[in-house]
Amino acid sequence: MAANTPSQPLVEVKGLSKHFGEGESRVDALRDVTISVEAGEVVGLLGPSGSGKSTLLNAIGSIIQPSEGWMRLDGEVVYDNRWLSRDLRHMRLEKIGFIFQTHNLLPFLDATDNVAVVLHLAGVPRGDAIKRSEALLDYLQVGHRKHAWPSQLSGGEAQRVAIARALANRPRIILADEPTAALDSVRAGIVMDLLRKLAVEQQAAIIAVTHDDKIFDRFDRIFHLRDGRLDDGGDQL
Amino acid sequence: MNLAWRDIRHKLGRFVLTCFGLSLLLSVVVMMAGIYRGQTSDALALLRAIRADIWIVESGTLGPFAEASSIPGDTREMVARINGVVEAGSITMQNVQIERSGRKVRLQVAGYEPGRPGGPIHLVAGREITRSHYELIADRQTGLAVGEMIHLGRNDFTVVGVTSGVVTLSGDSIVYMTLRDAQQLQFDLAPSATRREAARGAQRTQTDFVNAVVARLSPDVPPEEVAEIMRRWKHLSVLTGTEQEVLMTRTVIERASKQIGLFLVMLTIVSAVIISLILYTMTMDKIREIATLKLIGAPDRTIIALIVQQALMMGVIGFVAGTVLVYLFKNNLPRAIVMLPSDIATLFGLVIVICLLASMLGVRAALRVDPGRALVG
Ligand SMILES: Nc1ncnc2c1ncn2[C@@H]1O[C@H](COP(=O)(O)OP(=O)(O)OP(=O)(O)O)[C@@H](O)[C@H]1O
Ligand SMILES: [Mg+2]
Repeated sequence: MAANTPSQPLVEVKGLSKHFGEGESRVDALRDVTISVEAGEVVGLLGPSGSGKSTLLNAIGSIIQPSEGWMRLDGEVVYDNRWLSRDLRHMRLEKIGFIFQTHNLLPFLDATDNVAVVLHLAGVPRGDAIKRSEALLDYLQVGHRKHAWPSQLSGGEAQRVAIARALANRPRIILADEPTAALDSVRAGIVMDLLRKLAVEQQAAIIAVTHDDKIFDRFDRIFHLRDGRLDDGGDQL
Repeated sequence: MNLAWRDIRHKLGRFVLTCFGLSLLLSVVVMMAGIYRGQTSDALALLRAIRADIWIVESGTLGPFAEASSIPGDTREMVARINGVVEAGSITMQNVQIERSGRKVRLQVAGYEPGRPGGPIHLVAGREITRSHYELIADRQTGLAVGEMIHLGRNDFTVVGVTSGVVTLSGDSIVYMTLRDAQQLQFDLAPSATRREAARGAQRTQTDFVNAVVARLSPDVPPEEVAEIMRRWKHLSVLTGTEQEVLMTRTVIERASKQIGLFLVMLTIVSAVIISLILYTMTMDKIREIATLKLIGAPDRTIIALIVQQALMMGVIGFVAGTVLVYLFKNNLPRAIVMLPSDIATLFGLVIVICLLASMLGVRAALRVDPGRALVG
């Protein structure tokens, strides 16, 4: 575990910019974004469509390469105008749970194994992996669909399986791109409560994109993105 | 959790079909290799059936199997008089085409003198030729049965016996008849101009010539010594049994094998291309899943293993099924198929190497995939 003192935020981003394309077709998706999230904190990311919310999460999750800036995740500086970490994927496996806007389940694995696969990759024995995966699915109220193929799941069920997968490795950083978009308000509440619980129990930092005003009260702070720019340091709720 | 197997199981029907197609392709490769080997055994079977210690053929030629050879009909008597020769027989060889139940069938007609070397060795049905005309012994492969009649040249022949196990190099089945009948047949089937000249007595007449004389020696006489004596005769070439075998494998088989060898090489290349394409498409179909695996943190080795294991499974299943297929049907094919374990092992190794190389294409593409690909649409 990295040397992370309580005073040091789990996620620290400074002056992060990202543009796609060049010249006429250049899109500035992120402009000079600075944000930091402490362990145990749940923050919301708000903004109109195209404002750069997904881009910011993907950059923090090392899925896309920023154009410039600086990032420290869990005590490790991973980006300083270039990637510093040797094995981004391994870092992702260990530290980051990603809940994607499109849920991206593997079509050839059933619900349980879609969760268990990350544990398998992390070297957890099969029996334990299955047990933990099923427990998570139960908790997210999709336990009854544990043997279903992704193609047989409803949008909300698939999303909850994807959430279970993101949480399976007990990551310290959870990036969630509209985790409750396909859920009714009761289940959205369950997911948010689970994220809250995780943040507190595992001292995790959680950044979640949302449009859902029903769950605003579940966040510690909310950031507003507009045209790739962060409005302020985050509204304290 | 084996991802390669899980993915295959999820699309099992498709995988089975692919393997089946591949097994058909590889069975042709295995079969070609078998035919390549079978040529040698076919040819030697043909020679050994005659069991000659000495072959006497036209001077400068390599015997009745390699090229046309024609020697005077009385050569046999000269040969028989040589000390050490136990028995000698004249033989003829010619290709004819007959029509059987609407299909054209090529036959090799072997003429021999009943009671002398050169005839069929063992009968599986019927009897030896006893009458001097219009009787026939057919190889089982012709499909002819005892009692059947076939029309050859100007005459009808009755099948009196069936033998087995001998085919010519080109895969034709053999029928045996008396030397006289065979010579008559050669004359009947010759171009009419030759026939007219022969009738005028200008050139070889119908009964004067045979293709070769074969002799058996007493066991205590070295064939080489007898051959040495006969080599003093003009217009004749003399080969010992061993020399004939070596010649057969060297010249005739080599020529035929070159073609089959070429086929084999081309088939292997075609298989390699097809396997590469299949594997590449298989990987391309999975690009999104591969991107997802990268997203959730799967290392390269997981992704490489996924592709390579699937390639190997396909190669192994395809090859084993293909080989079994050939093995099951090899006795129903017109040519001898000889499956040497060492050949099978070599081909298997080759298929595995091809699969590994071919999967590298997919692996390269897979490793280049941007994990963000999984998030698009
Ligand atoms: N791969 C890309 N290539 C080019 N432009 C891109 C790419 N990804 C995002 N963009 C652009 O960057 C901007 C920010 O996109 P982003 O996906 O971050 O928006 P968002 O806030 O997540 O929107 P939504 O709420 O619709 O998901 C948009 O203008 C988008 O068109
Ligand atoms: Mg988005």
